[in-house]
Amino acid sequence: MIRKQEGISEFEINKDILVIHVNGELDHHNSAFIREQADDIIYRNNIHNIIFDFAGTAFMDSSGIGVIMGRYKLIKGVGGKIGIINAGNSIQKILLYSGLNKITMQYGDMDTAVETISNERGAEEC
Amino acid sequence: MLMKCKENMEAENKEVMNMTKTNRMYLEIDSCSENESFARVAVAAFCTRLDPVLEEIEDIKTAVSEAVTNAVIHGYEGGEGIIFIETTISGNEVEIKIQDKGCGIENIDQAKEPLFTTRPEEERSGMGFSFMEIFMDSLEVISEKNKGTTVIMKKIIGSPM
Repeated sequence: MIRKQEGISEFEINKDILVIHVNGELDHHNSAFIREQADDIIYRNNIHNIIFDFAGTAFMDSSGIGVIMGRYKLIKGVGGKIGIINAGNSIQKILLYSGLNKITMQYGDMDTAVETISNERGAEEC
Repeated sequence: MLMKCKENMEAENKEVMNMTKTNRMYLEIDSCSENESFARVAVAAFCTRLDPVLEEIEDIKTAVSEAVTNAVIHGYEGGEGIIFIETTISGNEVEIKIQDKGCGIENIDQAKEPLFTTRPEEERSGMGFSFMEIFMDSLEVISEKNKGTTVIMKKIIGSPM
């Protein structure tokens, strides 16, 4: 299932993982849309983990930290993980200075991220 | 030979003059979240004449975005108001002044602390001032309750990183 709105951000569900393709700019103005869409999907679909894909992100400021942090709080209770892929230099800087790199995991590509997160979950359940 | 020397000297003088000449841009925008992206792009575009590297432009955009977002959310508390943005280039330094005439900050030191936010319910991360400090070379915050807040940020473009 993919939701689209004016090429802003796309949402995709893969098992219990919600993939958020953050497209365009993630600032105060755009953060509400991503937040509302993501939370709605998380509640309706028993989502445990989230992957943020920053491949299409042109800009992100501290509003993006709020969005990631807020989703982390939602899934933390069920032992969920936040994965990050395709973060460019300026997003890397923001993840580093905000301390978000301590509670998120970065992966080389989407397949690795999905596989690692799914396997970790499987191992924990055993 | 003599001619060439004179030409060179003139060129050099011109360069020295350009280094010290100031160039200013002034922008007034309504306080609303749609204008945040315009503000950061406008300031970044004005700074491109200093021939910044991509990282420097990204830093400026982030810092401006944080300051303007603060004015929208905290200064005018989401209501009506005007945000004044003045960018001055002198030599290889850019100075960005972002001013609102909103509610002001009671405790500036507390507001500047990383992760401090008055709006956790809106998922504000409390990193705004920290990012301005990190991404620019200097940050000055002047504020008076019910009078407004002025943020002055400076950055040298082309400094060894």
